[in-house]
Amino acid sequence: MEPTRVLFVDDEHDLVSAVVERLEIRGFAAEGVTSGSEALERIESGSFDVVVADVKMPGLDGLQLARILGQRHPKIRIILLSGHGSSEDVEEGRRLGVVDYLQKPIDIETLVELLSRTTKGGL
Amino acid sequence: MNDSVNDLVRRVSEPPDDEVRPHLSGSGYRHLRRSVVLATATVALVPLYIMTGVNLYQYRKVMRNEMIQPISRLTLNAKKSLEYFLEARRSALNFIVEDRTFSELCNRDELKRIMTNMNRSHSVGALVDLGLINSSGEQLCYAGPFELEGKNYSDQDWFFEVERHGTYTSDVFLGFRNLPHLVIATRRQVGERDFYILRATIDAEMLSEQLRTAGLLPGDDVFLINHRGILQSPSRRYGEVLTPISLPVPHYSPGVEVFELADEQGEDVVVAAAFIEDSPYVLIYLKKARDAMAHWSTLRNELLGFLAVSTALILGVILWGARQFVNNMREAARRRAALLHEVEYSNKLASIGRLAAGVAHEINNPLAIINEKAGLLEDLITLDKNFPNRDKFLGIVHSVLESVKRCRTITHRLLGFAKHMDLQNETIHLPSLLEEVLGFLGKEAEYRDLHIDLEAADDLPTIESDRGQLQQVFLNIINNAFAAVDDGGHIDIALASPQSGLVTVTIEDDGVGISKDHLERIFEPFFSTKKGAGTGLGLSITYGIVKKLGGEIHVKSEVGLGSQFTVILPVQRKG
Repeated sequence: MEPTRVLFVDDEHDLVSAVVERLEIRGFAAEGVTSGSEALERIESGSFDVVVADVKMPGLDGLQLARILGQRHPKIRIILLSGHGSSEDVEEGRRLGVVDYLQKPIDIETLVELLSRTTKGGL
Repeated sequence: MNDSVNDLVRRVSEPPDDEVRPHLSGSGYRHLRRSVVLATATVALVPLYIMTGVNLYQYRKVMRNEMIQPISRLTLNAKKSLEYFLEARRSALNFIVEDRTFSELCNRDELKRIMTNMNRSHSVGALVDLGLINSSGEQLCYAGPFELEGKNYSDQDWFFEVERHGTYTSDVFLGFRNLPHLVIATRRQVGERDFYILRATIDAEMLSEQLRTAGLLPGDDVFLINHRGILQSPSRRYGEVLTPISLPVPHYSPGVEVFELADEQGEDVVVAAAFIEDSPYVLIYLKKARDAMAHWSTLRNELLGFLAVSTALILGVILWGARQFVNNMREAARRRAALLHEVEYSNKLASIGRLAAGVAHEINNPLAIINEKAGLLEDLITLDKNFPNRDKFLGIVHSVLESVKRCRTITHRLLGFAKHMDLQNETIHLPSLLEEVLGFLGKEAEYRDLHIDLEAADDLPTIESDRGQLQQVFLNIINNAFAAVDDGGHIDIALASPQSGLVTVTIEDDGVGISKDHLERIFEPFFSTKKGAGTGLGLSITYGIVKKLGGEIHVKSEVGLGSQFTVILPVQRKG
């Protein structure tokens, strides 16, 4: 079976590199970028099953990214990370088809479980 | 770090003490009440007292006049009748002395006849004897019951007076006969030098007779005195004829003088005095002021009674009114202070919320990096079976990750505290919800042998509210109760609906209790008594949630006896 392709987007480079490596250890085909626009470029040139993006980023933020992906790549599942999930954000995310929210700092096992469920089409 | 954040937050968020207190203290309100009572009583009572005073004065004046009038009239009548009595006899003597010659008068039989004739007449009678006295004072001729012929009167007062004035009415005196009597005498001039006197004596008793017949009121004292203050008729008060009396002799006045004075016993008496013309007599009418003014004292007592009753009523109303007024003010001030306190508290929560969110968010990012880096380290060490000192490093990484977890708990709670709560509305059966909450804690209760009692009133309605939030509320409170009680302690949960539209949940424990100082601050964020073990946010969040749900939360506690939290929730959430 093909490994799940995950794109991790966060403006903190240290975070991105560590999460990507940990996902790879757990058998995911993970890549990381540090801004919304970079993520868009990367998605255009390759295909991903899931995008995990931080809500708060300079430039293109997580919600805007979700909105664009919703229009251009409706098949890609989106998981958002947030420092604090304000209810308005959650509401808007739901409308945009965001699968779930995770609160930072993330627990890797929770993320892995969520990714597995997501790609099995359960959610 | 926790401590310094707590300090900072506390300094920023604590309101200055004086802002939440009412403006006036208890003694301030007492002072205000006193001032109100004093001012109102002055305004209401002073005019009343002045009016009563003026009324009393006026009434007294009127009543005194009314009392004086009859006394004055009676005294005047008596004066007239006495004057007539004396004048009639003087005139008769004058007529006789002018009409008859000396030789006619100097005849005992003739004198006796004249006296008999006079005594027959009511208007000139009542003579005891009649005598003729020459200019040497010798009684030449006498008609009467005593042997007085040849007596010499030249050294007696009345003789001088007659010699000087022509006609004279004497004081009452004893004279040769040693009986109280008075003399009326008239002189007939003979040539330049010589004269003779016709003298009649009248029993002093006749004067009293005149007073008795003058129609004076019974019970009053009426008598005559002479100008030297010696009784000329008997007095009830001062005794028999010729006794000197202590009453001062009034100054001469042609009419009747009425005045009041204190007698020798200190009792007030009303005195009417009238000088009897052409005589040495002064008529005195004496009445006790108490009797004279009996009506007055009744009226005065009625007026004073009315004043006392009015004063009591007015003071009662004023005291009651002032009390109401000050209580209302106090209540308003208290409500205002409570409202201020609540606004203050909400503001405090809001600003702390913002601060907390900022801090938490900033810390979350580096925390996430630490978490992932340490996690990666753990992954790598786990994968490499030959990693030197593998277990030791894994242990170190594990404790780093545990610490991150603790930090995360704190930042998530801070964020949860700040988060705008989006409330759901569901129909909730509170006893079931509480059982669910107790379910979370079941294991601990079992280990610690805690006795938990849940009792719900039969008529308890279901409520519309947010399930998750309510779970959080009760979890927090019950958690605190768990922390407060010793092993084997009791926690009683009672659900009731004391009035329609409201449901109360009372959670009571027999734990350590909360001191008074702590009780006031228990709902403040970051206030914790669990040294280092709590974030100090639990009850603050609970308070916030209950307020959001349209409810109230109250706490009562006594150190050593336990605490009681009461959550009041509306059956229908408003808004």
